[in-house]
Amino acid sequence: MKRKALKAAFPLTLPVMAGYLFLGLGFGILLASKGFSFLWAAFMSIIIYAGSMQYVAIDLLAAGASFITTAIMTVMIQIRHLFYGLSLIVKYKNVGKKKWMMIYELTDETYSLIATSEPPEGVDAGWFYFFISLLDHSYWICGCTLGALFGSLVKFNTKGVDFVMTALFLVLFVNQWLDTREHRPALIGVGCSILCLIFFGADNFIVPAMLSILAILSIFRKTLDKEEEKHADS
Amino acid sequence: MRIPDSQALIMIFIMTAITFFIRVLPFLLFPGNKKTPAYILYLGKVLPYAIIGMLVVYCLKDVSPLTAPFGLPELLAAVAIVAVHLWKRNTLLSIGGGTLFYMFLVQCVF
Repeated sequence: MKRKALKAAFPLTLPVMAGYLFLGLGFGILLASKGFSFLWAAFMSIIIYAGSMQYVAIDLLAAGASFITTAIMTVMIQIRHLFYGLSLIVKYKNVGKKKWMMIYELTDETYSLIATSEPPEGVDAGWFYFFISLLDHSYWICGCTLGALFGSLVKFNTKGVDFVMTALFLVLFVNQWLDTREHRPALIGVGCSILCLIFFGADNFIVPAMLSILAILSIFRKTLDKEEEKHADS
Repeated sequence: MRIPDSQALIMIFIMTAITFFIRVLPFLLFPGNKKTPAYILYLGKVLPYAIIGMLVVYCLKDVSPLTAPFGLPELLAAVAIVAVHLWKRNTLLSIGGGTLFYMFLVQCVF
């Protein structure tokens, strides 16, 4: 049962593998340049396990930021993860104890894969999502550690390689778009985010974006919920 | 020289604890053994569509359309990715090809 789930999960995680190896590499290189050995990179990638947060962590560590600053920065950067759990309550309902591990490993990329995929016929959903989470985490640990160890040997120009994550989300967005005729939730997500980005700026837009998305989805629940049901019937 | 190991460790634990707390909070508020409220079921259906859209914008948040190169590399790469994906429906091709195209644009063109 586990082997089948692993086999089904692996191909889905390939884009994340590419992204995490490169972004992890970048993280390891930067951290090493601040005088932290590869053990720190490995340790941080195992226990914090958050992409953009770990990049910020490098600055915080290098500057010796206060604990309060560290805490506030973490909340500000990670708050978007509240949404992920909120929309996975049902999917993770009958998963058993491994659920806590899967929640621990719920990054942007892992969330996006899990939210947009269903296990193939005959594959256990819990293990399928578990292996997506675990594989992604292992890529990240490899990338970060290798980056700190050998990052200085990378000689080719990697500028722009981080676009792989944008590409992943964009493709998943298109997949979701093709998957349903109800496009309003997707448009609400993009619309609120762009408007908030314009009004609040790149550093502060995520909380207002989340709040406005929640508000509009709640206000239009009657119409949107009905539409979904109609689709399920037809 | 860098900060003492003990300070770095505490900072890392703070980041770890807060990150996990944010990830786990919704599951603590709506535990699996209780009946999930209809509102949360509804959010589970519509929120993923909105979130992926939000993540696309989040990735592109630092692109400035008003200064050179006016977000053109991102725009061109995004159009290419969507076009290739609609054409071939091959996730890896769209992501891999799109990223290489973007790298070519920012390294050699702009």
